[in-house]
Amino acid sequence: MMKKELGLFLLLAVISAITGAINPAFLSFVNLLNMANLIGLFGVFALGEGLVIITGGIDLSLGSMFALLGVVFIDLLTTYQVPWPFALLLVLMGGLALGGIQGFLITRLKMQPFIVTLCGLLIYRGAARYYTSDSTRGFGYGDEASTLGNIASGNIAGIPNTFIFLIILALILGVLLHRSVYGRWLYAVGKNEEAARFSGINTNIVIATAYVISGGLAGVSTVMFVFYTNSVSPSSFGNFYELYAIAAAVLGGCSLRGGEGSILGIVLGTALLQVLQNLVNILGIPNSLNFAVMGTVILIGVLADQQLQARRRRKAALAGLARTAPRAKEATILQSASAHGATALPTSAGDQA
Amino acid sequence: MPETLLELSGISKTYPGVRALDDVNLRVCRGEVLGLIGENGAGKSTLMRVLAGVIAPSAGVIRIGGNDHARMTVNEATLAGIAFVHQELNLFENLDVAANVFIGRERLAGGPLKLVDNAEMRARVTPLLQRLGADFTPNTLVDNLSIAERQMVEIAKALSIDARVIIMDEPTSSLTISETERLLEVIADLKAHGISVIYISHRLGEIMSCADRVVVLRDGRTVGELARDELSHAAMIRLMIGRDLKALYTPPARSPQPGGCDIAGVVTTAFPDRQIDLSVRRGEILGLAGLVGAGRTSLARAVFGVDPLLGGEIRIDNEPVGVASPRDAIRQGIYLVPEDRKKSGLVLELPIRENVTLASLLDHARMWLVNGAAERRIAKDQARSLSIKAPSIDIEAVTLSGGNQQKVVLGKWLSMQPRVMFFDEPTRGIDVGAKSEIYALMRSLADRGVAIVMISSDMEEVIGVSDRVAVMHEGSVSGVLERDQFSEYNVLRLAVGQALETLETAAP
Repeated sequence: MMKKELGLFLLLAVISAITGAINPAFLSFVNLLNMANLIGLFGVFALGEGLVIITGGIDLSLGSMFALLGVVFIDLLTTYQVPWPFALLLVLMGGLALGGIQGFLITRLKMQPFIVTLCGLLIYRGAARYYTSDSTRGFGYGDEASTLGNIASGNIAGIPNTFIFLIILALILGVLLHRSVYGRWLYAVGKNEEAARFSGINTNIVIATAYVISGGLAGVSTVMFVFYTNSVSPSSFGNFYELYAIAAAVLGGCSLRGGEGSILGIVLGTALLQVLQNLVNILGIPNSLNFAVMGTVILIGVLADQQLQARRRRKAALAGLARTAPRAKEATILQSASAHGATALPTSAGDQA
Repeated sequence: MPETLLELSGISKTYPGVRALDDVNLRVCRGEVLGLIGENGAGKSTLMRVLAGVIAPSAGVIRIGGNDHARMTVNEATLAGIAFVHQELNLFENLDVAANVFIGRERLAGGPLKLVDNAEMRARVTPLLQRLGADFTPNTLVDNLSIAERQMVEIAKALSIDARVIIMDEPTSSLTISETERLLEVIADLKAHGISVIYISHRLGEIMSCADRVVVLRDGRTVGELARDELSHAAMIRLMIGRDLKALYTPPARSPQPGGCDIAGVVTTAFPDRQIDLSVRRGEILGLAGLVGAGRTSLARAVFGVDPLLGGEIRIDNEPVGVASPRDAIRQGIYLVPEDRKKSGLVLELPIRENVTLASLLDHARMWLVNGAAERRIAKDQARSLSIKAPSIDIEAVTLSGGNQQKVVLGKWLSMQPRVMFFDEPTRGIDVGAKSEIYALMRSLADRGVAIVMISSDMEEVIGVSDRVAVMHEGSVSGVLERDQFSEYNVLRLAVGQALETLETAAP
């Protein structure tokens, strides 16, 4: 299990070392802190996306959620002068509610996650633009939320708060996913929903909860991004960010078929993406190649992972054969296949009718 | 005697440890309807798969059109004019009728562009459909057709390759009475055109009305042949049974206790117009026999809360219990060992440990955090008491043999408190050794006071393991046999919907 994360970490270290050797500015304190801040910003919602992907679903609506929740958040603080704790709470609830609606549509009404969240992407973006008449919202010169702003964009001993928050969140979600009953159910549902249901797991609630968590984290990310940019232009704020999250999760070992992935992997995946973006700047690669570099690394990473897994599986299968072959009774693959072929043919259609 | 079209002689098919077909001889004449009958697992489908070229026989000769073949490929079988109308229809629902008839041999147009010539295919299919009296057009989507109509598409497909022999495997199992009559008319018409039909069915009444000759298989051997004027229900059943059943039976340690599970007037989605009444006492193993499709699995799924219950009531120890979901059922102590363990019983990619504790994880958790030590202990206990053969409880279930996988499914339930357990085909695809372990396990569970329902299509198992046998026929229970009435003959009579001949003890 940890092999994947170790490989990813090594890749990250090697890329960083090479980049640092070519241009030492990459490893400068300022640049590292800047990257840490971006990793914190992008990591939070990538973790939510990762949970959704483990259920076998996908959430395409995150970037548009940022825009909609972002303009609402700024409006609450500036136009309506709502105290910041309430504004924060409302935005979080908004994110949870949007996630809840998507989860409901997917589990209860059996709609496909891709379609539901694609429509979310379109609807939230449109709503944000209509609500603001397509104009940019910002804080102006007031100090409406200086306390929250200081928390969200500040630092402790130089380390950006966003990064610290990501680490704390990753620890909490790590326990949730890897140590709690819910996490176990999430993997089971992602791998085989029917068997999970036959084991008494309420699979609908398990899946819907993942979307709710993802929506809630989108609310948190909205607030962090708003204070990072200090303004929200509804037509471009958060554009394509859901794709960063999906890329980070996939790079971190999540399979879009569900049931695979880890919190550490997603965090490392986010870090790798940010390092790649940074090195494009630092090494003087034309900025227009940014996406192309990212795409190439993801492609190669996933391909390499697949090949390694296939090799490991072949090895395991060979070892398994060597173990069971000497005992006739345990030459099980052959036996069960044959018994099936022989006795169960007329009945193999089952008794379902 | 009419011209022989096709002859199988000395066909055997062995798999390691199992003899599926043993020296089978079969002859099909031109323009005759040959009924092929036998119990579940007698080898009918294996034989037909040999004929259709899907599997190769281990020995024997297939003589067709004067040529001898040691084996056939699917292509050779098709060229020789053998067509198969499958039990589960193999059609593409997203394509239209003409595309399905010509699938894999599409008519092309447009020269090098190799475009599909839909007009030509439709024109060729139209007369076939007319001949079958079908009232849909070649450009109807198969998705919009009923099962009977889909069967017509399969038959049209057979006609389009100029089939001389059409194999029909349980063609009427999902048809209504009028659709069945329609199919029998079509068969008569095919016969009139010189096409032979091999008709496999459990429905002896249909065999009586359409077959010219009946061949009976039992345990992979041809055990008899009946000519048209020798056909009767009794004669057919007598030939189908009569193998030596090994003594598997272990009597219960104590007589069944009061209480248990009562299923009263239950209606399932599979047979919305039938009611099921059944009761199983604590400490007894109730065998649930019946032909494939009789509604046994549907009953288990409904009681376990997978499918909705359309009516009736389930009582445990005389207390009504509500089961709206498997979660409810599990809370009541009703467990199901499902028929398809890979699909519904296990999460194959998870380790044995996590599969065993999947249903009971919350009980071993504090504040929703899994208690790893308790989990390992439970999984180890189950692995030991069920003697699951695996190097460790941390290896994935997918690497285990069928028998050991089934034990993992059992371990999941035995680590909790069962009151009523349904076993759906518990030993299918499992080797002999593991089978007897599973029987012993069911018995010890029963002796601990669990009420056990064992759905099985294996006659030896039904008669050898059960304390009582309930038989289902087309969605309802057609009879319950006590041990002194146990016989293949009685089970089979009830399974095909005939009443028992007498209520007295059956002949040994």
